[in-house]
Amino acid sequence: MTDSTAARFDKASPEIKAHLRKRKRSQFMLKTLGIGAISIAFAMLFLLVGSLISTGYQAFTQTHLVVEARIDPALVDPDNPSDGNFRQLALDIVSNRVIGGADTDNTDRLTDILSNRAQFTLRDIVVANPDLVGETVELKLPVADKYDQLHKGMLDRDTPEENRRLSDREIEIFDQLVEGGYVAKPLNWALLTNADSRFPEVAGLKGAIIGSAYALLVCFLLSFPVGIGAAIYLEEFAPKNRISDLIEININNLAAVPSVVFGLLGLAVFIGWFGMPRSVPFVGGMTLALMTLPTIIIATRAAIKAVPPSIREAALGVGASKQQVVFGHVLPLAMPGILTGTIIGMAQALGETAPLLLIGMNAFITSAPSTPFDSATALPTQIFIWADSPERGFVSRTSAAILVLLTFLIAMNALAIFLRNKFERKW
Amino acid sequence: MTQNATKFSARKVQVFYGDTQAIKDVDVDIEDKTVTAFIGPSGCGKSTFLRCLNRMNDTIDNCRVEGDILLDGEDIYDKRIDPVQLRAKVGMVFQKPNPFPKSIYENVAYGPKIHGMTRSKAELDEVVEKALRRAALWTEVKDRLDTPGTGLSGGQQQRLCIARAVATSPEVLLMDEPCSALDPIATAQVEELIDELRTRYSVVIVTHSMQQAARVSQNTAFFHLGELVEFGETDSIFTNPQDHRTESYITGRIG
Ligand SMILES: Nc1ncnc2c1ncn2[C@@H]1O[C@H](COP(=O)(O)OP(=O)(O)O)[C@@H](O)[C@H]1O
Ligand SMILES: [Mg+2]
Repeated sequence: MTDSTAARFDKASPEIKAHLRKRKRSQFMLKTLGIGAISIAFAMLFLLVGSLISTGYQAFTQTHLVVEARIDPALVDPDNPSDGNFRQLALDIVSNRVIGGADTDNTDRLTDILSNRAQFTLRDIVVANPDLVGETVELKLPVADKYDQLHKGMLDRDTPEENRRLSDREIEIFDQLVEGGYVAKPLNWALLTNADSRFPEVAGLKGAIIGSAYALLVCFLLSFPVGIGAAIYLEEFAPKNRISDLIEININNLAAVPSVVFGLLGLAVFIGWFGMPRSVPFVGGMTLALMTLPTIIIATRAAIKAVPPSIREAALGVGASKQQVVFGHVLPLAMPGILTGTIIGMAQALGETAPLLLIGMNAFITSAPSTPFDSATALPTQIFIWADSPERGFVSRTSAAILVLLTFLIAMNALAIFLRNKFERKW
Repeated sequence: MTQNATKFSARKVQVFYGDTQAIKDVDVDIEDKTVTAFIGPSGCGKSTFLRCLNRMNDTIDNCRVEGDILLDGEDIYDKRIDPVQLRAKVGMVFQKPNPFPKSIYENVAYGPKIHGMTRSKAELDEVVEKALRRAALWTEVKDRLDTPGTGLSGGQQQRLCIARAVATSPEVLLMDEPCSALDPIATAQVEELIDELRTRYSVVIVTHSMQQAARVSQNTAFFHLGELVEFGETDSIFTNPQDHRTESYITGRIG
């Protein structure tokens, strides 16, 4: 008996050796496949971010004309600055200060150098500080998209003139400006501080960021308490029977419903039946809440389940009521898990596009919303709009906007990871 | 039997988990200021019966208790009895030390707080100190009351759980294998403590160690397959068992 067992486990026997080799080989294969899969995933990610950065980085700067100019009191009344003729002022600044006022033939072309919205930039400066009227100040005004492209080297000078958006003469004038030191390319804060515009050189994400923030706020305020309440009820108080099983299955299914369906639901219920306005973050947030709710319920239930029974027993054992156990012990211990799930749900909601398109949050709106009830876009729908715009300047802005959105998403996920690590299980 | 007053008196107690019966026809009287040990092979229903005494079985969905259990002559399964109030009177200590992931102070203060037993912070401080002293833990932790209870050693944690149970001024302390997760030194400390607790409380302890039952208890109940086979003074159970199953168990023939 002992002899035969010893023989069977003889490490030198050929069968055992072959078996060991096979085992090592399959382990090696598994490892290689795993490393391969991760490498592919990383390569994809690298490609995505790389291409976004290579097209998007140009949008993080914006070509400006930098000139010393006098705010002419003939054009702007210091007592009523907002009604001044800033269009003429902008034109004068370019022609007088830059070209020396000589070349009147070029007046039309000169109006083109500055962005169409430069007059409003100018107006904002003067309205903010009416004392400037009559003074000579240094001004920094955005140039039009095609000159911006030219300055960033994205406009090929070698294409025949008739196929180019700028004539030879226009390029010559702009080159003179560059030589004269009148052109600068500072960081494009307007990308974050301006609202949308038809003109890419002044278009920004402020409206979209605030719209997204309002929508997420509404989404959070609705889905967080309701989701936690539902999860507590299902996990702690609901009787375990057919109906609660059915509810559980339905919630799990709800989490898998495509977001466009929730968009249609939001459109039909909130806008159709309740007659709420279209395109507003409040309705967007409610629609997103429909999607986030199942995610939060599932995360909360999992977190509640993970609280060890010994803690409940301890509390019940000293005479805590069920409600005291839930709110005093179970919820605090489950909170990191709940928050992690909620933040991940919110991050999903932030990137969600389809439902917002359906409720009209892809409208063209040139001012940031000041309440959740003003029309607005959201970050993903703004990307959608810009990607659809023909102007060249929007190509890099679309990539830049995607990078901004990704930054917010990464920040939210990092917060979730931070919370999870900070409140590591203490039992 | 000793001469103390009867605390718990159980008659014809049956416990079912769904359709399976875990306790059959148990009659037992538990005395005040006495340590009563429940012994018996694993799965015989010791914990189940113990949990009937503070209605912890109420928290298990499919558990049903029949028969009468009187505490000081009052039926604890009566509709007018609030199980939450009952558990303040009948404290419980569990197998695995289970302090709350809060400070030592908070652990002990929790019971008095939820039952509204104190009116001021000073009063609460006093209750906490008294409970920790009774659990023989005060000198070890008095300088770090605000550190987490989960940071104590296993034996200290179990004494903290005893302090937590004692803090609500219970009349009975139920202990379900309180030493099975402890090392021998911590076990000895807790056993010594149990002997001291006997001067104030009625203590019921479930144990799988017959030596422990012999060391700490005055009365012993032997359970087998859901039945109470024999109940009497510990000395006579161990030296002169009446039932052959008891004898087999204490001589090591039933595992
Ligand atoms: N929550 C429960 N649900 C169903 N059966 C249980 C439950 N708890 C205990 N039981 C059963 O009841 C019997 C007695 O268990 P228990 O009281 O834990 O025994 P002991 O503490 O003596 O080891 C066992 O057969 C066990 O399987
Ligand atoms: Mg047990």
